[in-house]
Amino acid sequence: MTPLLQVRDVSKLYGGRIGCGDVSFDLYPGEVMGIVGESGSGKSTLLNCLAGHLVPDSGQVIFDTRADGPVDTVTMSEPARRMLGRTDWAFVHQHAREGLRMGVSAGGNIGERLMAVGGRHYGNIRASAQDWLGRVEIDADRIDDRPSHFSGGMQQRLQIARNLVTGPRLVFMDEPTGGLDVSVQARLLDLLRGLVREMGLSALIVTHDLAVVRLLADRLMVMKDGHVVESGLTDQVLDDPQHAYTQLLVSSVLQV
Amino acid sequence: MSLMDDYNFAYLDEQTKRMIRRAILKGLAVPGYQVPFASREMPMPYGWGTGGVQVSAATLTPDDTLKVIDQGADDTTNAVSIRKFFERTAGVATTEETTEASIIQTRHRIPEVDLTEDQVLVYQVPIPEPLRFLEPRETETRKMHSLEEYGLMHVKLYEDISRHGNISTAFAYPVMVNDRYVMDPSPIPKFDNPKMEMAAIQLFGAGREQRIYAVPPWTKVVSLDFEDYPFEASKADHSCELCGSDSSYLDEVILDDAGNRMFVCSDTDYCRSRREAGHQGRLAGETV
Ligand SMILES: [Zn+2]
Repeated sequence: MTPLLQVRDVSKLYGGRIGCGDVSFDLYPGEVMGIVGESGSGKSTLLNCLAGHLVPDSGQVIFDTRADGPVDTVTMSEPARRMLGRTDWAFVHQHAREGLRMGVSAGGNIGERLMAVGGRHYGNIRASAQDWLGRVEIDADRIDDRPSHFSGGMQQRLQIARNLVTGPRLVFMDEPTGGLDVSVQARLLDLLRGLVREMGLSALIVTHDLAVVRLLADRLMVMKDGHVVESGLTDQVLDDPQHAYTQLLVSSVLQV
Repeated sequence: MSLMDDYNFAYLDEQTKRMIRRAILKGLAVPGYQVPFASREMPMPYGWGTGGVQVSAATLTPDDTLKVIDQGADDTTNAVSIRKFFERTAGVATTEETTEASIIQTRHRIPEVDLTEDQVLVYQVPIPEPLRFLEPRETETRKMHSLEEYGLMHVKLYEDISRHGNISTAFAYPVMVNDRYVMDPSPIPKFDNPKMEMAAIQLFGAGREQRIYAVPPWTKVVSLDFEDYPFEASKADHSCELCGSDSSYLDEVILDDAGNRMFVCSDTDYCRSRREAGHQGRLAGETV
């Protein structure tokens, strides 16, 4: 099977300091990879390099496109990369207000990606928005409300709906449960797990929260000082950590 | 004509006019694209159409005949003062008759009479960026234009329908120019949008925002819409009560304290010429 994403020796420096260094891995269709580490470990830098928000200094990020097969997204044209960003890729931000248009109704937020790829039938767009509100457990009668009137958990669920409406194949998530109350987190994780299974999504999830990866990730990479220090199946890494730093993380000494 | 000796022709110096003409030519070469230009201080406040005035100044020649309209009328303060400005600084002939003018500067309307290939229509533009409503970052809107990412424009129309049951945008209704650039046609009523595929050259000037854009003759101009909510060039469902026209864009005028109203052509020259030709509306002959 062709990997959906092949990451090869991706490095990003910040004025001589390593953001992330020589990261390589494959992600297969339907697989969820967790990337864990403390703040400053380079996990967010890596995610942004992979999602095209930052340009890596070196390395390749090869995505198996629908039309042309594996293509290095670092060197592809910007229009093509941005097109990927609103079709086959999705990005869920930690802070929902970064990923939502706060001045636009919930329905408009969900419909935007459909319209961005040429959706021109209002009734169909609205029906999709309604359907997706249901799938992320938001009442259909909130469709014309602005997300500024939503709770934090609802905003995050709306952001997920807005991202998944075009049926992306790869979802980047940056601390998707960060900043939410514990009970709200649990519900969101449940929802995410259901959607990932149901849609057969592939995902890269950056988090400092081991409970998140335990629940969602098939595989795990542990990052420290910009480098991957350990990787493997999630249960294996968490239950039998080999690297001293991972052992510290798991023993929760370093959990933020 | 003493002011003619004090000022350069049409107020602006030759170098500035050349700079503006270059922006106009670039705009004509790339229809609908917003060309940045170094807008100059004009002896009038920004809301008074300084962008249009600069475009007119760079376009006028001594042989031109200028018409200035504001909401369709030649006699508003704004139109009168711009007309006087060019009478004094350029000494050009002015007219209120659309068919007599070679350059027409306008705010908020396109004349009812079809313009010809010998004419130039100059629009005053307050906000040239149609995407600003939903995306305030200029760096991002420029990128959206350059990459033709216009989904956001339909989000605005979606919001209209979800809130009002139909596309309620009645002015500055966004258009796609030449299958490439989404453009703000300035706050003309959407009734005027279909007229933009015309024989005359259309130039747009935004003074405060320092942008010029253009639509060459017979360029394709399509109003954005949804398949199930198609664009409609709507107007008040009446005919003009002075000249009887049932096809012109109408203003609703309040007649008295009792709340009596009447509908009249917003294009005053069009209405007058129809009446002079013998057409009569319901209230023709009464003084207003
Ligand atoms: Zn009339």
